[in-house]
Amino acid sequence: MVKTMDKKLEPIVKAMQSKFSATLEEFRAEVHLFVKPEQIVDALTLLRDEYNFELLSALTAVDYHPQSTPRFHVIYQLTSLAKNLSVQLRVPVNGDSPKVPTVTRVYAMANWRERELIDMFGIEVEGHPDPRRILMPDGTEGHPLRKDFPLGYEEPQFTFNFDEIDLRKPYAKE
Amino acid sequence: MGVEQKLGNMGVVTTTLENVVNWSRTNAMWPMLFGLACCAIEMMSAQAAHYDMSRFGMELMRASPRQSDLMIVAGRVSKKMGPVLRRLYDQMPEPKWVIAMGDCASCGGVFNNYAIYQGVDEVVPVDVYVAGCPPRPEALIHGVLTVYEKVKGDTFKDLAKR
Amino acid sequence: MSQIEEVSLEQFKHLVSERALTGETMLLNMGPQHPSTHGVLRLLLELDGEIVVNCIPDIGFLHTGIEKNMEAKTYQKAEVMTDRLDYMNTMGNNLAYVMAVEKLIDVDVPARAQALRVILVELQRIASHLVWLGTSGLDLAAMSMFLYCFREREQILDIFELVSGQRMMTTYIRPGGVWRDVPVEFEKAVRDFIKIFPKRIDEYETLLTKNPLFIDRMVDIGYLSKETALSYGVTGPVLRASGVDWDLRKARPYMGYEQYDFNVPIRTEGDTYARYLVRVQELRESLKIVEQALNKLPMGPVRSDNRKFVPPPRSEIGVSMESLIHHFKLWTEGFPAPKASVYSAIESPRGELGVFLEGDGGPKPLRVHMRTPSFDNLGVLSQIVKGYLVADLVAILASIDIVLGDIDR
Repeated sequence: MVKTMDKKLEPIVKAMQSKFSATLEEFRAEVHLFVKPEQIVDALTLLRDEYNFELLSALTAVDYHPQSTPRFHVIYQLTSLAKNLSVQLRVPVNGDSPKVPTVTRVYAMANWRERELIDMFGIEVEGHPDPRRILMPDGTEGHPLRKDFPLGYEEPQFTFNFDEIDLRKPYAKE
Repeated sequence: MGVEQKLGNMGVVTTTLENVVNWSRTNAMWPMLFGLACCAIEMMSAQAAHYDMSRFGMELMRASPRQSDLMIVAGRVSKKMGPVLRRLYDQMPEPKWVIAMGDCASCGGVFNNYAIYQGVDEVVPVDVYVAGCPPRPEALIHGVLTVYEKVKGDTFKDLAKR
Repeated sequence: MSQIEEVSLEQFKHLVSERALTGETMLLNMGPQHPSTHGVLRLLLELDGEIVVNCIPDIGFLHTGIEKNMEAKTYQKAEVMTDRLDYMNTMGNNLAYVMAVEKLIDVDVPARAQALRVILVELQRIASHLVWLGTSGLDLAAMSMFLYCFREREQILDIFELVSGQRMMTTYIRPGGVWRDVPVEFEKAVRDFIKIFPKRIDEYETLLTKNPLFIDRMVDIGYLSKETALSYGVTGPVLRASGVDWDLRKARPYMGYEQYDFNVPIRTEGDTYARYLVRVQELRESLKIVEQALNKLPMGPVRSDNRKFVPPPRSEIGVSMESLIHHFKLWTEGFPAPKASVYSAIESPRGELGVFLEGDGGPKPLRVHMRTPSFDNLGVLSQIVKGYLVADLVAILASIDIVLGDIDR
């Protein structure tokens, strides 16, 4: 397993550090660059146009609840096909009014993934062309992938508690 | 029945109308083509050449609920799908039967969480549960044959009550 | 239980053309119960006569909460969830998740386990493409394709059953190796398959590839340009049919793919027929990999001996106290993983299957995100169906090869 950062990534990291004062974290040869929410559109545009990161592989978020500043990290995983490189951008977002600008104008793929952010994390995406829920039905309360959303465990039926649960289970009628 | 002995070997069989109707229902049961998740693939396998469900008069999967009398709920039912499933069930003509295929449809399976109904019996009344994740095609065929057993025991009186 | 929500045109005003508002074009609902949407996908179509003006996919009918549920389980136990994501590619899902876990905890995999993984994942790719070939044949009214493809698929499922005891949800690939070594019958079963399958591919091709009806339905339908594909994050055979040479097995070899000699089929046409040709060619290439891996299959252990993360073999538990303790600790408490995140991706039959995994220092993951290829591949659908007939929409949808479990998660 390769343990250090790819040499070809060094100029890219340097450019990101000087232009956006991004901070760098490295783990198992993966490069994570932290940028501010207002810089993300420019940062992605730069990476796509100057450094051939044509593909936005993944766009997701992590919830660090109960920590609130920052509560979320929004993650942009980029891939360069031409140079065979990967880089990850992380945008810390605070918990009180989580907000990131839309990147659909840079990568069209972000459209659905950002709708997923809106739906599953309740992170507002400013300027999104179609900010509806994507996976959960309309009218669902809460955002499932937040840590304070309960998993929704129901007690399974076994022999010893079969009758008790049977009584309260909402069986459908004809 | 009594008549056979008198008629002898004349090729006449007597039975009740209930038996004839139930027998014909079991031999031409049209399931609804209703695949939800993984179990749908095993349902397709059961339809395909190797397991060949048409041996039991089930070669026709109908895509429309209005033409089918057996609903095989093959897979997990999410909270978003539940109302749709119910509407499909309501659109099927009487008499109708439901098989909950697989663990997810029977009791929620491994997905004990916010998104999945813990058993499709919360949405539609179920006649036969087939266990397995996913059940093998043989298990599904066994489930179908169990439905047939149930159908054979139906009386007009019971069906009228439904 | 809640009721079906009636939708109003008001909700979709920004997604349809102005003509829909005046009633000049028609809005048609397709799905979620429809035979050719390959599952529970709902498409809202704006039609001008028979021509698709706009297509708005509505997903989430199979949303299972897998990502949330995995956070509540230990690393090993969360693996059973991955099988049920993309149920055509269970071995591949296991591999993708397990590779992410191995990267996080830094465990190496023995050579034999790597080769076994490659064989099984490639067989799974063949099985997945066979289901695609059968069902997309069915969508274009070629019923016999379905029967033939499922015949060969059964043979692969028999191999899976032989090694893992289950036909579909195998969970055979485990962190640090595989569950246990393959039985002695394995080699013969795979060799039998390698022997008959090339002839079977020829059979499929005689039925479809030069069939004029099939060509009429496929050629120049659903054109997808290179630029659109990349911008929408499309990967896998769909991207390769648009002329982009990108296969993670070649670009970033994992599990020793660099030892095997295989080609990555590329087409430049970008239509549904090109996507068909790429996948059929992939069947042959996958078979080549299986054969080479089987010929080279090294002997040795199939599981890492790093006892802090990988359970000891059954035989050791009876004789070694330490093994018993490790076994007990690993299956009750799980292993702690570092507080860090990794992203690792494999080439699934549908494209880049990535797993983003973040640990919090404990035995359960803080966040698991599956970057599922079908999700992004479906995102491009609304762009490539515009201007084609409704009947073509069925062919295009089939050529993208979506799996709803993969999309909704």
